[in-house]
Amino acid sequence: MSLELRGVTKRFGDVVAVRELTLDVPAGEFLTLLGPSGCGKTTALRLIAGFESPDRGAIVFDGRDVTSRSPQRRGFGMVFQNYALFPHLDVAENVSFGLRARGEPASEIPERVRAALRRVNLEGYGARAVQALSGGQQQRVALARALAIEPSLLLLDEPLSNLDAALREQTRREIRDLVKSLGITAVFVTHDQEEAFALSDRIAVLEAGRMRQIGPPEELYRRPADPFVATFVGRANLVPATLSGGGPRRVDFGGETWWDADADAGIPAGPVLALLRPEDLEVVEAGQGLAGVVRDRRFAGATTSFIIRTDSTEGGPRDLEVIAEDRAAVGDTVTVRPRAGGTIRVFPLSGAGDR
Amino acid sequence: MSGPGPVGQTLRWQRALAAGILFVLVWLVVYPNAVVLSDSLFEAGRLTLEGYRTFFTTRSELSALWASVWISLGSVVLSALVGVPLALFFHRYEFPGRGALAALAALPVLLPPLVGVIAFLFLAGESGVLTRSLQALFGLDDPPWRLVGAPAILLVHAYTMYVYFYLFARAGLARLDESTLEAAASLGAGRMRTLRKVVFPLLKPSLFGAALLVFMTSMASFSAPYVFGGGFRVLTTQIYASKISGALQLALVETVVLASVSLAFLWFLRRSEGRRAYTGAGKGVQQTRRRIQARWARIAVTVTGFGVVTLLLLPHLTLLLVSFVPEGAWTMQILPSRYSPDNYTALIRDPELLRPVLNSLRMAALATAANVVFCFLAAYLVVRGRVRGRGLVSALLVVPWALPGTVLAIGLATTFSTHQPLAGRFIWVGTFWILPVAYFIRNTPLVAQAAIASFRQFDPALEEASYSLGAGWGLTMRRVALPLVLPGLAAGGMLAFVSALGEFVASILLYTPRSRPISIEILAQLRAFDFGSGAALGVILSLLMAAVFGFGGRFVTGGAVPRI
Repeated sequence: MSLELRGVTKRFGDVVAVRELTLDVPAGEFLTLLGPSGCGKTTALRLIAGFESPDRGAIVFDGRDVTSRSPQRRGFGMVFQNYALFPHLDVAENVSFGLRARGEPASEIPERVRAALRRVNLEGYGARAVQALSGGQQQRVALARALAIEPSLLLLDEPLSNLDAALREQTRREIRDLVKSLGITAVFVTHDQEEAFALSDRIAVLEAGRMRQIGPPEELYRRPADPFVATFVGRANLVPATLSGGGPRRVDFGGETWWDADADAGIPAGPVLALLRPEDLEVVEAGQGLAGVVRDRRFAGATTSFIIRTDSTEGGPRDLEVIAEDRAAVGDTVTVRPRAGGTIRVFPLSGAGDR
Repeated sequence: MSGPGPVGQTLRWQRALAAGILFVLVWLVVYPNAVVLSDSLFEAGRLTLEGYRTFFTTRSELSALWASVWISLGSVVLSALVGVPLALFFHRYEFPGRGALAALAALPVLLPPLVGVIAFLFLAGESGVLTRSLQALFGLDDPPWRLVGAPAILLVHAYTMYVYFYLFARAGLARLDESTLEAAASLGAGRMRTLRKVVFPLLKPSLFGAALLVFMTSMASFSAPYVFGGGFRVLTTQIYASKISGALQLALVETVVLASVSLAFLWFLRRSEGRRAYTGAGKGVQQTRRRIQARWARIAVTVTGFGVVTLLLLPHLTLLLVSFVPEGAWTMQILPSRYSPDNYTALIRDPELLRPVLNSLRMAALATAANVVFCFLAAYLVVRGRVRGRGLVSALLVVPWALPGTVLAIGLATTFSTHQPLAGRFIWVGTFWILPVAYFIRNTPLVAQAAIASFRQFDPALEEASYSLGAGWGLTMRRVALPLVLPGLAAGGMLAFVSALGEFVASILLYTPRSRPISIEILAQLRAFDFGSGAALGVILSLLMAAVFGFGGRFVTGGAVPRI
């Protein structure tokens, strides 16, 4: 069942937490709201849940306007950041809470609780006190509780942020598999780009209450709409460059070497910002490209990245992050250039795509 | 606040609640005081300042006002001088029996003021145990002192109110990060210098809170000035005297003055407090108590500890002693000549004697039940409410605490002595209901604060989780909010019950003979020189309180809801 937000705005005093948010989430999609803290993603989720009501706009679910419907009548399951398990109830009572509240036949409840716990691999944990469970187990109880009411929409508010790194990776796989196998529409909130990539069909990037871009992870990474999305999603070097006019557009970093550019129509020829992902660059000993000095070398297992200070770009010296073979040493003078074959995403120098 | 807040049903409930709670608070807290103010200004429908002119030109009135203020300031100083050193002592030194003694030293806080005062009377009054002992010891013709007037009031205040300083200072010391003391020592500060430059500044917020509490308690104090004042009057006793002698207009003026002075001091002290509260940075280190090495020093510290606590509890021990004295068995002797449990058995045999106990239990239970329900809802509104009016609710919930019991009682006596249903005035004076209402109002701040603190401690996401699972507002309150705030609410309710059981200040202005509470009966027994019966009632009152606390302690921790 599909969810739609139409021009939803929410203010708190002078602060606009969510501004004119319009979203269309088709049935069965796993959508992530991604953004830094304070970007309005949690407010957006709470608006969908019904814990806040919008100042303007409408929330439509399954073709019906639910904007003024109480949270308890929306039938959405929600998993909270700190799980919000009822500390005075045991695991089974937590899971059955929603079933009882909704007046499900008492005879069915034990079986449905068992099924819900089985689904999250917590069979036999019904009589445990929630306080006695580990963080990961509590998280799974919260998920079981939200899913027990067979919600038509599942809302998840940073449910993985309280777990340690290893557990987080495993749990997010489980969440995705579970949601997909049940075919539920899900809206997930996080500030962690890696998490968003791993889970989502599509990601909406929010900043200061505004949606900057929405699309599948690859699109966000390869074709970010603006410098904010470019830097927030993945590592990015934003380098001043010059864009050619007309025909197939090309970009140059001051060395009169022109590379293929991916520029939105309407960006005039002249100075631009070019997005160079660390893995899009290579280090060569000499030749065409940006000359620089290796300032730092960061070994990260599978890859090694180098910080190279170049001064041949416009606007003075600048540090570039480059993933390259482990050859150069700190202090070496090298040349950096885009790898052959790709196109380079460019943005207008100031403002235009920005606000 | 902007935007309509939560959606739908919850919001409608909050609006209805805000209206209902504001109505009760305005009707029972604001309105009676407004009636007192207006009645103090109008006589027979005409504006007159005659009452105020009389007040401010009569020497005895002005000296009562001045007495209230300086007695309160003096009580703060004396209570601090007893309570703070005591707290430092128990914080610093480890010796056998320390834990029990430290707890015993806080005991007087559990006893109603009137019981403390009569206990003191039995110990050090003109015919008290201590007084007579000294008289006999030195072969004096007259008692060595007469416990009367300002010195007596100050002494009793210091003796009963040191507990506030003691408890606040101990709480402050417990929060004190021991590593700051070690830092001071490592920087070369001696022990006194550390105390002066580090400990006291860090304790300042706690001590300030205690000072404020003692000042307000002392300003409102009635029992001690009433029993020991003699001809020396403070405002509370002056109001009582005016009311009893029929000078109603003057009583109203005095009430307005007492209320104004109390509120002015509260405002002034709060403002000068500043908003500086220190919290320990980082984890700090485990506090260590000094285990004394030298044998003689250890003995000295232990003896001091036992000695001081015994001294502090001596009045209460005397009360216990006197409660076993049959009528007429203690006239001129140092100690009573005979002891028997007659005073207690008489309570069971004579329904007339038992009646006040049952009255108090019934009225306190009614008031407390109302307090618990009302304050649960009010606290929910203050902490979780997203509707207009919650700021006003939260302010009004504190007002009865800031106003002396005498002021509240005069307000009720004035407002609810006439039948004007359209003005919200009914005749409650002279009926059973006036005291439960008075107890309800007096204890509302206490229970509300306990409930508010509990609500603040649990995550609002728990309520939201309940809504998102399909539970409505009522079910969420019942199954989620209530169980989670219950420990705090129950603790507040028990304190309220206990203080209603022993309530005296408002009772003496409002009671009816048929529904007289324990405190009034104790006073009546003393008047009839039946000290034993009075003391027995005092002991029973104390035991009831101990029972409530004992039961309460187990209830609160037994049903322990772990915090999230």
